[in-house]
Amino acid sequence: MNWTWFHKWGSPKWFYEMSGAWLKGFAIAACVLLAAGLVWALAIAPEDYQQGNSFRIIYIHVPAAFLAQSCYLMLAIAGIIGLVWKMKLADVALQCAAPIGASMTFIALLTGAVWGKPTWGAWWVWDARLTSMLILLFLYFGVIALSQAISNRDSAAKACAVLSIVGVINLPIIKYSVEWWNTLHQPATFKITEKPAMPMEMWLPLLIMVLGFYCFFATVLLMRMRLEVLKRESRTRWVRNEVEASR
Amino acid sequence: MNFATLADFFAMGGHAPYVWSAYGISLLVLLLNVAVPLLARRRYVADERRRIRREEAAQ
Amino acid sequence: MLKVCILLLSREMRVLFRRPMELANPLVFFALVISLFPLAVGPESKLLATIAPGVVWVAALLAVLLSLDGLFRSDYEDGSLEQWVLAPQPLSVLVLTKVLAHWLCSGLALVLLSPLLGLMLGLPERTLGVLLLSLLLGTPILSLLGAIGAALTVGLKRGGLLLALLILPLYIPVLILGSGALQASLQGLPAAGYLWWLASLMVLAVSLSPLAIAAGLKISVAE
Repeated sequence: MNWTWFHKWGSPKWFYEMSGAWLKGFAIAACVLLAAGLVWALAIAPEDYQQGNSFRIIYIHVPAAFLAQSCYLMLAIAGIIGLVWKMKLADVALQCAAPIGASMTFIALLTGAVWGKPTWGAWWVWDARLTSMLILLFLYFGVIALSQAISNRDSAAKACAVLSIVGVINLPIIKYSVEWWNTLHQPATFKITEKPAMPMEMWLPLLIMVLGFYCFFATVLLMRMRLEVLKRESRTRWVRNEVEASR
Repeated sequence: MNFATLADFFAMGGHAPYVWSAYGISLLVLLLNVAVPLLARRRYVADERRRIRREEAAQ
Repeated sequence: MLKVCILLLSREMRVLFRRPMELANPLVFFALVISLFPLAVGPESKLLATIAPGVVWVAALLAVLLSLDGLFRSDYEDGSLEQWVLAPQPLSVLVLTKVLAHWLCSGLALVLLSPLLGLMLGLPERTLGVLLLSLLLGTPILSLLGAIGAALTVGLKRGGLLLALLILPLYIPVLILGSGALQASLQGLPAAGYLWWLASLMVLAVSLSPLAIAAGLKISVAE
């Protein structure tokens, strides 16, 4: 098998040169998708027959929650790549993605709480999904705190990789135990799990918003990663040229 | 279109505070996510330029 | 292999017993936290009995966490950790032995102390068996998971709070299952399901977490 495509990722310069174009593509896609999705979600999609217009919060709540979970999975995958193949770029990706994932989790929690007020009559309900989201936020805080606390860059990356792998193994256990706890401790009146199948005109904007959020994530991640690569390589010729060329 | 008038759109069928605050704060967080790396990059470039100039002056 | 482990275990026990006061600290903390709750919520025994499962488990969790902060510190400072990393025996087995020694001195004592505190909180006698068993199955998981955090933070000057931040979210399944078992037996329901779950989590923790602890120690030593 030809591994040159893989080895290319070991070169920061190659990544920096290529990622400029990707960044542009993702940024445009994110802008178009989010704009279209927002208009569709807020103005065009029909209102829910039970929840009325408060249901429109779903169009940011669900994409943010999706992204928060897949971002944690990404942390662990980047961690494995960083630990196994010692790829520096994976370390950069891990440390740059953690704050973005944390902010997505925050959005999911906040919109969940705001949505809960008109739907459940309380700002916060110890619903299984909200609770596991809260725990996910704490897991993100742990990774960020650890990466800040260790001063050596390589050790910090490795420690974060180990922590996120441990976290990913624990995440399904946490999720199931929280769900179990929830069904035991309170009557299942607040189930939003068994939602009736959505009609097409509600479901399509949601899909667009999810795609838009993923593109947004890619954009922001690449922005952070490019800066981090510049910082790490700041003594090289090409970074110097890059710095002098930019504003 | 789901709403007849613009006023209806802003009222969100009585759920305006919830819907608009959720969207507003989320948008703010997203914008913050964009602004932080942009500002950091600008600061980095400025610092780096100053350093290069200083080193050239020293030589 | 086994011989090395036994030697290591006896060495660790001797080191731990040389400072008996340090061994007693987590126990005193455990008892102290539990006795804070009646003072905070009032002395009604009915209320106390209903919150007792949660109180006992949260206190046990914090006590284990507190005792783990220094788990690898002295070994890190005097350089024996580096010897462990270089040793021909796999590091994961060595750390498993170390955690076992630590658990025998702190976790087990905590388990043995718990019925007394349970009675003080007004738990009926029939639930004490489940309390003992759930703590017996749960505290090793707490020690093992906590050791991962201790390994990752051993090189840091102020790791205590960070350790709690890293590890407490991972403790949640144990907390839910342990207090769930106790609550079930308090209501006269069978608790066996919870205990089986705890047992399987313990098997998982014993088999996987030594690898993570070893990886964490290698990172901390290399720094």
